[in-house]
Amino acid sequence: MSGGELWRLPARSLAEAVRAGTCTALEAASAGWDGPGARWERDVHAIAHSDSEVRAAGAGAAPPGPLAGVPVVVKDNLCTRDYPTTCCSRILAGYQPPYDATVVRRLREAGGVISGKGNMDEFAMGSSTEYSCYGPTRNPHDLARVPGGSSGGPAAAVAYGLAPLALGSDTGGSVRQPAAFCGVIGLKPTYGRLSRYGLVAFASSFDQVGIFGRHAGDVALLYALLAGPDPLDATSRPGPPPDVSGWDGGVEGLRIGWPANLWREGVDAEVVAGLEEAAAWLERAGARRVPFDFLPGEYAVATYYLVATAEASSNLARFDGMRYGYRDPESPDLHALYTRSRSAGFGAEVQRRILLGTYALSAGYYDEYYLTAQRARARIRREYEAAFSRCDLLLLPVAPTLPFRLGEKLQDPLEMYLSDIFTLGANLAGIPGLSAPVTPAAGGLPRGVQLLGPDDGEGLLLRAARALEVQGARARLERSHEVEFAWPTKR
Amino acid sequence: MAIPRDEVRRIAELARLEIREEDLDRVAAELSAVLDYAQVLKRLDLAGCEPPSFTPLAAALRADEPDGRRLTPQQALAMAPEAEGGFFVAPPVMGGPER
Repeated sequence: MSGGELWRLPARSLAEAVRAGTCTALEAASAGWDGPGARWERDVHAIAHSDSEVRAAGAGAAPPGPLAGVPVVVKDNLCTRDYPTTCCSRILAGYQPPYDATVVRRLREAGGVISGKGNMDEFAMGSSTEYSCYGPTRNPHDLARVPGGSSGGPAAAVAYGLAPLALGSDTGGSVRQPAAFCGVIGLKPTYGRLSRYGLVAFASSFDQVGIFGRHAGDVALLYALLAGPDPLDATSRPGPPPDVSGWDGGVEGLRIGWPANLWREGVDAEVVAGLEEAAAWLERAGARRVPFDFLPGEYAVATYYLVATAEASSNLARFDGMRYGYRDPESPDLHALYTRSRSAGFGAEVQRRILLGTYALSAGYYDEYYLTAQRARARIRREYEAAFSRCDLLLLPVAPTLPFRLGEKLQDPLEMYLSDIFTLGANLAGIPGLSAPVTPAAGGLPRGVQLLGPDDGEGLLLRAARALEVQGARARLERSHEVEFAWPTKR
Repeated sequence: MAIPRDEVRRIAELARLEIREEDLDRVAAELSAVLDYAQVLKRLDLAGCEPPSFTPLAAALRADEPDGRRLTPQQALAMAPEAEGGFFVAPPVMGGPER
C-alpha cells in the first residue's frame, strides 16, 4: 500500500494494515496530516489543538489492538492528558487535564491515536461551530457554509479525510447535525452508554459522547470498544451495552416510523426529498414504512432550552478563576474576581445560556419554567415510548435546512436554537439517534437523514445506516450507468 | 413580555456575570424571546407527567474506600492561576485592600 493512500482507508482496514506490518502505527496515525489533510485543514480549520510530537508518542505507545494506529479526532471538551482541553473557551485557555476521559482511555487501550482536538462551539453551546474562541470551522463541501455544531470540527475532519473516526458530544444534536451538514455518519448513543467521565459537563442529564465515521462498520467498531458501564460515571447505564456486531445484518422486516406531519411546513424541499429517498432505499432493502403523526418539535425546543440551560448554569458555576483557567488579574475582592473572570472568560452565547438557566431556576420563576419543562420532558419521553410500540425506528429530518452560511443565524439566537428542532427530542428522552448521509442536494451540499431508536437501539440504528450506505452505493452506480448510456442520445 | 432591566441585573448578579449598561436591553430582549417561545408548553397536556429522575434504579453504590485514583497537591495546583505553599490563592473575601 502506498503511504499516500492510507488516509482513504476505513478504520478497520487501517488497523489491519498496521497489525499486518504493511505500515507502521505512526504512518497510519499521521496519514491524514501527511496526505491532503494539511492543505484542507488550512481552509477548514477543524482542529483546535494538534501536535505532531504528541501524535508520534501516541502512535509509539499504541498497542496492536482493534484500532492499532487509527487516528481519531477528539472534541476539545473531552479530557486528554497530553493535549489542552479548553472547550474552545477563553476561560479554559491553556488548560491541560491531569487525566484522560474514560472514552479516551478506552480508545488508547484499543490502539487508537489522537489525531488532534476538534474545534467546537464554546462549551458545546451552538449549532454552527461559529462560537469557538479560536474562530469558526468551515464546511469542507462549501467553505462559505457552516459545518454544523457544536462538534463541527470533528465532523469536518472526518469528512475531508484527516481521520476515519472522531469523538464528539451530543447534548441537543451536536453530533447528528454536524454529521448531516458534513456528509458523514454521526451516532448519539443511548444516554449513559458511553461514559461521561472526563467530558466537561454542559447539561449532565442530556450530555452523551457520540461517534463520527465515514462507514457504518467503523462506527460500530468504535462503539463496541467504548460502550459499557464505568464506575467513574454514576449515570452510566448498568448492564452490558447492546451488541452491534450485527451492523451488516440488513433491515428486512423493520418497521420505519414516518411522522410526516413534522415536515409538512418549515422544512426545505431538499431535506424532504432526502427523507423520501432514504425511505425508498430502506423499503428496497426490505423495511416497511409506517406513517403516523408525532408530537411537533416546538415543545422539545421550549423544554430543552429551559432545562439544559438550567443545568448549564449550575455546571458552569465551577469556572470562577480560582482552580484553573482565566483569572482577572486586577480584582480587589473575591466577588469581583468571580464576576470579572467569568464575564471576560465566557463568550456571548455561553453567557446568554447561563443567564437563561439562572432565570429558569430563580425564585419566583422555578415552577413556571423549570418545573413545567421537566414535566414536559416526561411527556415527550412518553411520546417516544408510544411511537416505538408501533415501529422499530423513526425516520425524520436532522435539521430543517441544508448547511447554512456563516453568519446567517448569528444575529438571532432563537433562530439558531430552532435549527435543533428535530434533534432535541432524543436528548430529552435519552434514546439513541443517528444521522446518515443520502444523495447530496442539487448544489452538491451534503444531505443527511435522522433515525431514532428505542433505548439500547444502537444495533438497529447501525443496521439501518449500513442499509442506507449499501443502497446509496447502488444508486450512485445506477446513476453513473444512466449517464453513460444516456449521454450519446442527449448529445 | 419584556424582562425589566432590573430583573436582568438581578439574574446576572446571581450568575456572577457583569452586563454592560449598553447591553442590558439587548440581553433582556434575547432572554424574553426564548421565554415567550416557551409559552407553547402551556398548550401541552401535562396530566400525570412527573419530573423524570435520571438515577438508574440498579445503580450500585461503590465500596466506601479509596479507589486508587489520586491527584497529588502539585497536580491539583498545576493549572491554578495563582497558588502558593500548597494553597490556591484568593483575594480577600470582603472589601480588602486593593492588591
